[in-house]
Amino acid sequence: MKKILTAAVTAAALILTGAASAKDWKTIRIGVEGAYPPFSSLTTSGQLVGFDIDIALALCKEIGATCSLVAQDWDGIIPSLLARKYDAIIASMSITEERKKKVAFTKKYYNTPAKFARKKGSGIEISKAGMAGKVVGVQRATTHDNFITEEFGDAVEIKRYGTQDEAYLDAVSGRVDLLLADSVAMDDGFLNTDNGKDWEFVGPGYSEVKYFGEGAGIAIRKQDQDLVDLFNKAIDAIRANGTYQKINAKYFEFDVYGQ
Amino acid sequence: MDVEAIVSNLPLYLEGLWITVQLVVLALAAGLVLSVPIAIAAASHNPLVYALPKTYIYFFRGTPLLVQMFIIYYGFAQFQAVQESFLWPVLKEAYWCALIAFTLNTAGYTSEILRGAIRQTAFGEIEAAKACGMSAALVYRRIILPSAFRRALPAYGNEVIFMLHGSAVAGVITIVDLFGAARIVNSRHFVPFESFITAGVFYLCLTFMIIWAFKRLEKRWFAYLRPREE
Repeated sequence: MKKILTAAVTAAALILTGAASAKDWKTIRIGVEGAYPPFSSLTTSGQLVGFDIDIALALCKEIGATCSLVAQDWDGIIPSLLARKYDAIIASMSITEERKKKVAFTKKYYNTPAKFARKKGSGIEISKAGMAGKVVGVQRATTHDNFITEEFGDAVEIKRYGTQDEAYLDAVSGRVDLLLADSVAMDDGFLNTDNGKDWEFVGPGYSEVKYFGEGAGIAIRKQDQDLVDLFNKAIDAIRANGTYQKINAKYFEFDVYGQ
Repeated sequence: MDVEAIVSNLPLYLEGLWITVQLVVLALAAGLVLSVPIAIAAASHNPLVYALPKTYIYFFRGTPLLVQMFIIYYGFAQFQAVQESFLWPVLKEAYWCALIAFTLNTAGYTSEILRGAIRQTAFGEIEAAKACGMSAALVYRRIILPSAFRRALPAYGNEVIFMLHGSAVAGVITIVDLFGAARIVNSRHFVPFESFITAGVFYLCLTFMIIWAFKRLEKRWFAYLRPREE
């Protein structure tokens, strides 16, 4: 009995010290998506690559922590953060009011507008009349989903996908007439690939704060305000020391940080 | 507990419920019709007759429903020839793809249930029917199939419940069924517990209704097995 008790006490002590050392943020687990090129995708060998990934690693280096990356489906990405599967989300997540109810955000680390794409020669115009009855593909529960549902929900049929890649797949096979997504993600992840060569941008770029927030930020549990501060400082640091610009140049020809 | 998120999304759940019921009922009906000839052929003793239906049963029982649905939805759409064929208006719609996959899948399982029941028919009954001068078709219609259906009923009740639960995979290919509705609610409000437990309760209610219906049916069909009431 005594032995069991000692063992239990030691185990409890170990758990407690474990929790305490995690609070020093020597190690940070980061949730990423892995299906959102060029920001985050898996190579054929299963390696995570992309702008989000490079930014995450640069920020960790700046903070001086060891980071591990955890790939997680978009649908469960916030619940898994709250369930402590990882400590921060770096997955091109727009800072929105609805999400702020559940998680804290750092300042933005990039901001690019959303755009529609159509099949070349389809002649679809971006207006309620021009889009009436058309099928629009978006990723489920994204800012793009909210925007199309609120602004065009009564005119178009909306198909919601678990990942952006699945939406591209159905665009190629002709199941959707229009795509709405982040302009940069769609340009590099679809339009400039072999699959998307028959597709083109149409209409203006959208970036209303009401729908799209002030840009993509890092989501962190509300009780970990110290980690938010660490990341905010790190974002400023890599913006100042040129690391951000280097990563930016590796993927894009223009500044994705925005105004 | 975030009850508000569930209450405000009840219409979405009800729409999802309706889609789930549609898919399951239509797939079960079409699957049952398909399964009768398949089962009769598979119960044959002639290899030329049973080879094809047995392969069909083997394939659909041997692969997961999700894989079958992905082959039909994403797999077929890969080929230009399919996209240009007369089948495309049907295969273009996620709803029809799911319905086709469910129908073929349940037909596979139901055929196997029926095949077993047909093979179990007491030989004396068939001999007696033949002695009365019935043709093979008449023997099937009057003797073998009615008693086979009766024997298959409990196992088929199980298959109906499995089909209902299996239908949740429709949510993966953009269909807003019960599970699809739960996923939308979850990803909009970040309430996985509330959103999925609500879907679970709906599935439970449907399952209770199926069990009740089969109980009624068994009471009727197995009336001859009950001890006589005084």
